[in-house]
Amino acid sequence: MFKEKSAGPLPCEGYSNAQLSMLVILRLAIGWHFLYEGISKILNPNWSSIGFLLDSKGLFSGMFHSMAANPDLVNSIDFLNAWGLAAIGLGLITGLLTQIATLAGMVLLAFYYLSHPPLITSEYAIPSEGSYLWVNKNLIEFFALWVLFLFPSGNRIGLDRFIFNRKK
Amino acid sequence: MNKNKTTPNAEKEDNSSKIGRRDVLKGLATLPLLGAFAYGVYKKKNYDRIANSKLRQAVDLSAESPVVFQTQQKDPHIRIGIIGYGIRGPQLLKAAGFAMPSELDKWKESSLKNPSDHRLEDFKAQENLNISITAVCDLFDVNAERALSAAANVGRDGSDGNFVQTAKRYKTYQELLSSGEVDAVIIATPDHWHTDISIAAALKGIHVYVEKGMTRTVEEAFRLRETVKKSNIVFQLGHQGRQTESHMKAREAMEKNIIGKVGLIEVCTNRNSPNGAWVYDIHPDGNPQTIDWEQFEFPCETKHPFSPERFFRWRCWWDYGTGLGGDLLTHEFDAINQIMSLGIPHSAVSSGGVYFYKNKEAGHYVNEVRNVPDIWQVALEYPTRDLTLLYSASLASNKERGKMIMGHDGYMELSDALTIYADRESTLYKEKIEAKIIKPELPIYTYIPGRSTVDAITSPTEKYFASRGLLYTYRGGKRVDTTHLHIKEWIDCIRESIAQDKLIQPSCNIDQGFEEAITAHMATISYLEDRKVFWDADKESVV
Repeated sequence: MFKEKSAGPLPCEGYSNAQLSMLVILRLAIGWHFLYEGISKILNPNWSSIGFLLDSKGLFSGMFHSMAANPDLVNSIDFLNAWGLAAIGLGLITGLLTQIATLAGMVLLAFYYLSHPPLITSEYAIPSEGSYLWVNKNLIEFFALWVLFLFPSGNRIGLDRFIFNRKK
Repeated sequence: MNKNKTTPNAEKEDNSSKIGRRDVLKGLATLPLLGAFAYGVYKKKNYDRIANSKLRQAVDLSAESPVVFQTQQKDPHIRIGIIGYGIRGPQLLKAAGFAMPSELDKWKESSLKNPSDHRLEDFKAQENLNISITAVCDLFDVNAERALSAAANVGRDGSDGNFVQTAKRYKTYQELLSSGEVDAVIIATPDHWHTDISIAAALKGIHVYVEKGMTRTVEEAFRLRETVKKSNIVFQLGHQGRQTESHMKAREAMEKNIIGKVGLIEVCTNRNSPNGAWVYDIHPDGNPQTIDWEQFEFPCETKHPFSPERFFRWRCWWDYGTGLGGDLLTHEFDAINQIMSLGIPHSAVSSGGVYFYKNKEAGHYVNEVRNVPDIWQVALEYPTRDLTLLYSASLASNKERGKMIMGHDGYMELSDALTIYADRESTLYKEKIEAKIIKPELPIYTYIPGRSTVDAITSPTEKYFASRGLLYTYRGGKRVDTTHLHIKEWIDCIRESIAQDKLIQPSCNIDQGFEEAITAHMATISYLEDRKVFWDADKESVV
């Protein structure tokens, strides 16, 4: 029974109620986080990614520093990041294009993680609120989204139900 | 076992071609969360807005950039002479728009390797002041040649550029001033030459921009002030900190009595390298043939045999320099004088010594150990203002300590940014603190240059970045060299004076310079004579 495939394009009909509920709750929590991160940046005229980019350490820091050095690029990054976060948050909460939102969220989190990896040798300007070595909250959220990607719920609870879950 | 599992049968009706009631419910199930989200964001924004506006009512200080002197006059073209092109001279000419091609080559190369190196770009973007360098004078041939190469670099190019030589080299400042080729001079010689050259220029009606410390002795300060006052020149002393926006905002805060009665001010200098301690490199080509040693030592009471070490590291000896007093206390004092119009203190006491660079090995000296201290503290008393200004300096530690002005109702920390906190025991803010409108642990005002809004609830992230100078560096209002602004103000005043046919003096004029010089000299005399030194304001004399 568990292995029964969904009638729709996504395999999400084999969950128990409890499993489905928790997948949706996890999706909503991450969606809320993304949406508020996005909205708070959109509402703050002084927000810019430049400090974050300049503070980058580790293997990819050169790439992030050169992004910060280009004012036009910084403006684009600011726009894409703030509105991207909000859009991903909305997608996860409403369950609209959930799989795309999930992947996009993973891409952003991968950028955050790679720009500020919690290495043994890294010290950052922003003090972190916890203690991290190699694994930090960005990485955990990244893995959580990966789980959500593999166990989709949007076409059961979410607007995707209207899009992907219909049979002719 | 699978009690909770949704049955395939139940789903079947959902999967029909029609959208059923179940579909709608499940499809829209999460949407109410957006309502909760919107409510939360609205409440949060409202809370921040009200807290902020209450605070703004309590602390009436705007976020706008301070208004600075501007002139519409772009003419006439002004011919500039540069006297002294060692270390500060090149920086000043660069700020005026003229850099050595070899320097620009280096910046170009560096910006290719490191894209965040914007020195070349910033320099090219610097406003053209409509001036030319027509005369250079330096006692060291190599420096004079370098000055000529910068003067000719009108296109702001590297070595592959086109050059137009507009300048001539003069062996003495007298010849330069008498040439008829200069309207204004920038003086970046060692301190012991400042007064004689400035006076000679003033007597010829040539405008003066002179580096700090303005004079080497008390007597020189009086003499220079008298001459400049009688002349018709525009005079600017080289404290480019005058152009720092946070200083101007701090003055506004003082005028509005935001931190209450000020009792103590602390300012500091911290450096920790031979270069920072004035143990500069000795140029390999410096020898009696390339250096006019006799002219260098001309104003000195005691003459010394030719010494490249003394020539290139002149700040280490009282014969030529003014030590921490003239070089670095003056910057700090001038900043506070700009903010609070303190004037000359009633008394000065200082102490310190040559503690770190005390022997040849530690000091990287060739022949002679310095006599100018590397650790030095000064207490300046202002009984009429009921306050003390403390200066402490180390040339053997880089620990950064900001400027701090401490009042009964609050204190302000100054760097490029300005941050003001309320004091827990403040009388002025007592009720607001009790009402939790003002939180003593958070700033009541933050000014970050380039930022358009004032926000008490500055995010911690932003504060950290701002304190490291990482914010707004390459955005919006592009970061401009304060020295450029300081020279521009001088040039603007010269043009405005011509246009209005009366003298308009810039921010660091001879009166401000006189206060700076006398204050530094009092502190230095206290150290050298091991006593408390007083200023008799009525008789205008140091006693």
